[in-house]
Amino acid sequence: MSEPKLIVSSSPHVRDKETTASIMQKVVIALIPAFAVACYVYGWSALMITAVCVASTCLTEFLIDKATGKPNSVKDWSAVVTGILLAFNLPVSAPWWLCFVGGAFAIGIVKMCFGGLGSNFMNPALSGRAFLLACWPTRMTGSAYIPADAVTTATPLGIIKEGLDASMLPSTLDMFLGTSGVYGAIGEISALALLIGGLYLIFTKVISWRIPVTYIGTVFVLSMCFGQDPFYQIFAGGLMLGAFFMATDYVSSPNTVLGQFIFAFGCGLLTVIIRQFGGYPEGVSYSILLMNVAAPLIQKYTAPRVYGYEKKKKKESEAA
Amino acid sequence: MAKQSALKTFLGGVHPPQEKERTANEPVREAQLPETVVIPMSQHIGAPCSPIVKVGDYVYTGQKVGEAQGFMSVPVHASISGTVKAVEEREHPNGNRVMSVVIESDGEDILDPSIKPNGDYHGRDPKEIIKMIQDGGIVGIGGATFPTHVKLSIPPDKHVDTIILNGAECEPYITCDDHLMRRDPDIIVKGLEIIMYATGVKQGYIGIEDNKPEAIAKMQEAAAKSDGIDVAVLKTKYPQGAEKQLIKAVTGREVPSGALPADAGAVVSNVGTAAQIYHTVVEGMPFFQKMLTCTGSCVKDPATYVVRLGDSFQSIIDQSGGFTKEPRKLISGGPMMGIAQFTTAVPIIKSTSGILCFDKELAELPEPTPCIKCGRCAHVCPMHLQPLYIQAYSLRDRFDKADEYHALDCIECGSCSYICPAKRPLVTSIRTAKRIIAAEKRKAKK
Repeated sequence: MSEPKLIVSSSPHVRDKETTASIMQKVVIALIPAFAVACYVYGWSALMITAVCVASTCLTEFLIDKATGKPNSVKDWSAVVTGILLAFNLPVSAPWWLCFVGGAFAIGIVKMCFGGLGSNFMNPALSGRAFLLACWPTRMTGSAYIPADAVTTATPLGIIKEGLDASMLPSTLDMFLGTSGVYGAIGEISALALLIGGLYLIFTKVISWRIPVTYIGTVFVLSMCFGQDPFYQIFAGGLMLGAFFMATDYVSSPNTVLGQFIFAFGCGLLTVIIRQFGGYPEGVSYSILLMNVAAPLIQKYTAPRVYGYEKKKKKESEAA
Repeated sequence: MAKQSALKTFLGGVHPPQEKERTANEPVREAQLPETVVIPMSQHIGAPCSPIVKVGDYVYTGQKVGEAQGFMSVPVHASISGTVKAVEEREHPNGNRVMSVVIESDGEDILDPSIKPNGDYHGRDPKEIIKMIQDGGIVGIGGATFPTHVKLSIPPDKHVDTIILNGAECEPYITCDDHLMRRDPDIIVKGLEIIMYATGVKQGYIGIEDNKPEAIAKMQEAAAKSDGIDVAVLKTKYPQGAEKQLIKAVTGREVPSGALPADAGAVVSNVGTAAQIYHTVVEGMPFFQKMLTCTGSCVKDPATYVVRLGDSFQSIIDQSGGFTKEPRKLISGGPMMGIAQFTTAVPIIKSTSGILCFDKELAELPEPTPCIKCGRCAHVCPMHLQPLYIQAYSLRDRFDKADEYHALDCIECGSCSYICPAKRPLVTSIRTAKRIIAAEKRKAKK
């Protein structure tokens, strides 16, 4: 018998089925409920904004891969997720070019310039949003979030921030459902839809409960301390979107157990401080971006205790 | 008793598909007497044996053909009777060419007349029993092939109070320990009693994953007849059978970094090793046959066999009906820690627990993509390391940093590479780092 050609490789010889692409696809699936609400409330504009953002992120990534002679990384679906998340952070009035520039910045500068997937130190979608906010502030604040035919003139958090007539505020139930009279970035309006998607990600083990629960819990407790309605605060603005989909970004958050608690607590603390004392009505984006920068440090100091080593504290106390 | 208490386990680990069904319920087969055997002089960690027979010599089954060289070494024995055809370097499943004794069978399988039952070991000096174990050529057959007599020669400054027999068999596909526990539970328990006698330890456990209920029941029944022997039912999770994880699961203790299991008061041995200890100490039989599982996606009629050491992989594959599809990967051992072979002509050695054949679909591994820092590798690492950073530093030749991330504590179980969604060969990089760090440390000492 002729010798069969055998592959010789280092163990292990089997691999789990989950891939980067399958994880990203699950995130996309988890975003569908919020996308459906966005389309229901904002109609075609929501669809357009999302489509342009996704096209922009994918095209930018594809072109940079081509230009730098790297394998096409669009097929790992991460650019699609970035595109959708960016769109979800944009106002309904965003023109197509704004969406396109945001996507190109998120991928071109924040992701690819730092080495592509896995190397970005900040969440690309949120950085894209922050960039647009800095460049075109009027298009990214205040009434930009309100459809032309709406009665109200501000987002719920805007109303609270500006001290406008509180009777204009939607009810807490409306805030939870997001389907009537609650305005904001297109993907953030329905806490319920985001919660469904977030739970799907937790149950499929794409994300752990630690970051979203700690983040939302921190905002809940601190809002209560500041005399705000805690339920209102956790359903309002981008908190649900941020806590489940942005703060949990693998690359820009710590992956240690303790590190995730610290990171999420920091996000919650900064969110409440910005909402309470800052110049913007909403603080989710900046709080996550700031904590993204702190993530490597948190990661470094929360490394798990290796098997076979005494706890550090014990050693120190013995030394003392 | 075990059923009410929570299942014992460790923190971390993975759940690869078991794939044990194909051979778990297939009766154990006695492999045909091989026509030729290749007996490598190195089938253990430590100094290789030196051959003590020459071409043309007649040897009996069980006759010593390689003499141990020093304490950290065990002899090897002929597994069939016949004529020595060659004493030369041959392919070894570890990938090297190793000095081997090639024996052509006379078809008679005549046992060495000097082999006689030793009878009751009680009353014998433990040192004498440990010497019998060395002379029997016994090594840990769980994979590391550490000479068993060295393990059982506990230094006086260490206090060992627990012997654990490893019947976890956490490697997918492999079912030989399962079969052994179902077939010879009493022999395993008697082997454990000998180990406890030789070491003076009063408490023994047999750790078995809960996916083997029949083995658990049989072992519990056998253990009930002895004092101080219990079955520890373990959670089915890879690498439950790794020495350090098994000690943690059964005793709750951790082996200190860089130290031996004895430093955690435990000695771990495989159930197969314990059975062989019984055969050697009581029946006088040296180690020349063992059980292994021949299976995989392209084997026609997979089963677990009792085989003679030195028989070829090809011979067992032939007895399993050959291949259904073209094999593209041949593994000695299980899929998680087994060693890929480049030929089916390699011999079965003392540590061969499985012959695993994969077709193209399973053999070709996906291409690695960039690390997304999801942390799955760190969450599953049974040593609580952070493989992603060790790999990153290893790939950048920063072995000093890899060392800071405790690369040397890696047990190379492969859970990180298994779970990685980016399909990165994490454990491979860590292995590289370990070798280089260890070499540099040796250099620094000199």
